[in-house]
Amino acid sequence: MSRLSKKFNKLKENKQKALIPFITAGHPHPLMTVPTMHALVKNGASIIELGMPFSDPMADGAVIQQSSEEAIKKGMTLSSVLDLVSEFRENDDKTPVVLMGYLNPIEKFGYQQFVKQASESGVDALLIVDMPPEESSELLSLLNQYNLSQIFLIAPTTTRKRQQYILSKSAGFIYCVALKGVTGSNNVDYSDLSEKFNTIRSLTDLPIAIGFGVKDVNSALAVAQYGDAVVIGSALVKKLGKCKNEKEIKKTIKKFIKPISKALNKE
Amino acid sequence: MTNYYDFPDVKGHFDQYGGVFASETLMKCLNELQVAYKKYKTDEAFQSEFYYDLAHYVGRPSPLYLAKRLTQNVGGANIWLKREDLNHTGAHKINNTVGQILLAKAMGKKRIIAETGAGQHGVATATVAARLGLKCVVYMGEVDIQRQAINVYRMKLLGAEVISVKSGSKTLKDALNEAMRDWVTNVDDTFYIIGTVAGPAPYPEMVRDFNSVVGREAKKQFNKQVGGLPDAIVACVGGGSNAMGIFHAFLNDETVKLYGVEAEGKGMSTGKHAASINAGDVGVLHGNRTYVMSDEDGQIIETHSISAGLDYPGVGPEHAFLNDKGRAKYVLANDQEALNAFHLLTEVEGILPALESSHAVAYGIKLSQKLVKGKNIIVNLSGRGDKDVHTIAALEGINL
Repeated sequence: MSRLSKKFNKLKENKQKALIPFITAGHPHPLMTVPTMHALVKNGASIIELGMPFSDPMADGAVIQQSSEEAIKKGMTLSSVLDLVSEFRENDDKTPVVLMGYLNPIEKFGYQQFVKQASESGVDALLIVDMPPEESSELLSLLNQYNLSQIFLIAPTTTRKRQQYILSKSAGFIYCVALKGVTGSNNVDYSDLSEKFNTIRSLTDLPIAIGFGVKDVNSALAVAQYGDAVVIGSALVKKLGKCKNEKEIKKTIKKFIKPISKALNKE
Repeated sequence: MTNYYDFPDVKGHFDQYGGVFASETLMKCLNELQVAYKKYKTDEAFQSEFYYDLAHYVGRPSPLYLAKRLTQNVGGANIWLKREDLNHTGAHKINNTVGQILLAKAMGKKRIIAETGAGQHGVATATVAARLGLKCVVYMGEVDIQRQAINVYRMKLLGAEVISVKSGSKTLKDALNEAMRDWVTNVDDTFYIIGTVAGPAPYPEMVRDFNSVVGREAKKQFNKQVGGLPDAIVACVGGGSNAMGIFHAFLNDETVKLYGVEAEGKGMSTGKHAASINAGDVGVLHGNRTYVMSDEDGQIIETHSISAGLDYPGVGPEHAFLNDKGRAKYVLANDQEALNAFHLLTEVEGILPALESSHAVAYGIKLSQKLVKGKNIIVNLSGRGDKDVHTIAALEGINL
């Protein structure tokens, strides 16, 4: 059984929700990424979403774009992202790691080579923002071959028919975007989430993760009731960007992530 | 033999190129656009309104002009100019914006967004938005805003809001990213008028179709003035909309050689150029698979060209396809060659070409020297150079 399935099964047994923090690999510094990942797990993260920095992150807002630019400047590459995952795996073999990013660096790396190395590094799943299922058949068969899951997004604009199509191609979990716009946007309209997620729930047994617009305990609780996991990205990346060393990172994560994971697990 | 009119396929692919590589939030509106475009492409009322506007608002057909003194000066094959510089707003860009805004209107969209590099597409979009009374927001890189100040002011006069993009390299690609972000956020009421034959399907096909009037006219005009077909067509290629516009009518006429001229900038060896086909690799950028300029890690790299309109690290997927098929040849002209061509055409023909189009003129001159006298080359003079006068003066140390 995959790490992701094991994790979600265990959470389900304990009637807990997963907290999935997103960080940009190499931000605020490549040396801080692995300690950040461990600190996140220590403070209640169930799964880690690791951003592969790209120069032109079209679906991301200013915070993640800036973190990506900084990480690239500090020398992050696709293969060093994989190295970071290997390093993380030396001390943590249980927490699933999802890589999130854009297609061009992977095209350059070569699909076969990338999937193979990602699998060897201990990556569990891949979310490619600019690769809808229609274009993913080649990558998908490689991922299947190496037992990696491909995570797809469902947006507020996704029609029901398309939801079914996307779900038929998905593995691991399904990532639902709670609002239109780029990452780090504000003002989720929670009122119509209920119906939307009930529909998705009726279409799949996959765990449902909800993200975009989650920035604190309240917003995490607000979306958690509709899904199995909550993704928190830009708000965390912004806080990490202000940290100058490992100590500050650990302090920030304890102060910011712990209350959210606690609140979610009380449910 | 390949029938080039079989492309793209239903999913927007030109063999391995093109397609839809977009975030999920955009898939619904891309699909709606696909459906709407398919409907209006063959809708008689829509097409007749489009051609009415091209004739009476844009001023089509644009002349096909034999540049006699340029030809004499060069001493080779005849150089003909397809005078897109004489269109309303001064470039071919208006053909596409007139078409897309009619589609926006038909789809009931209230707000128009666009990205622009040199500012020509921004001006062409602001123009048609003003004409239909639609709100218009244009994204433009901070660097381009500085080098194209006159076009920025023109857009403002036309009532558009120009948003300065400060992320990344602060040029066209970043303006495109920002426009995409706007679209993802305001997807319900907003129509995104992309200015080149790139982006996710159906844009490459749609922008090509709206510009393809250029090639159809040229073909007819050449046949009337000379008879038969020209020997070669030359057009500059950044994203490649003017080139696809003039190439399209000739794709299945394989005796007509097609040349796309990429910006060699300061020279290939310096790395400061914008020659995506000549120097890039197959990758994915801005919604389609094509040739992309990126570093060894797949990060998009900053390009350079003296002309803002060619300063783009990708190229339309149909050009990538035509290159691989060997149907079109993608050649180079550098900054200096473009400047020389600008001066020569201005001095001997009294026509100021845009710096983008000057690249095509530069290669047209080279090609003319290679071919025997009496052969015929059509150069797409895609835009006029008034917008570049300040840039050229500054480059040559002249204080206006």
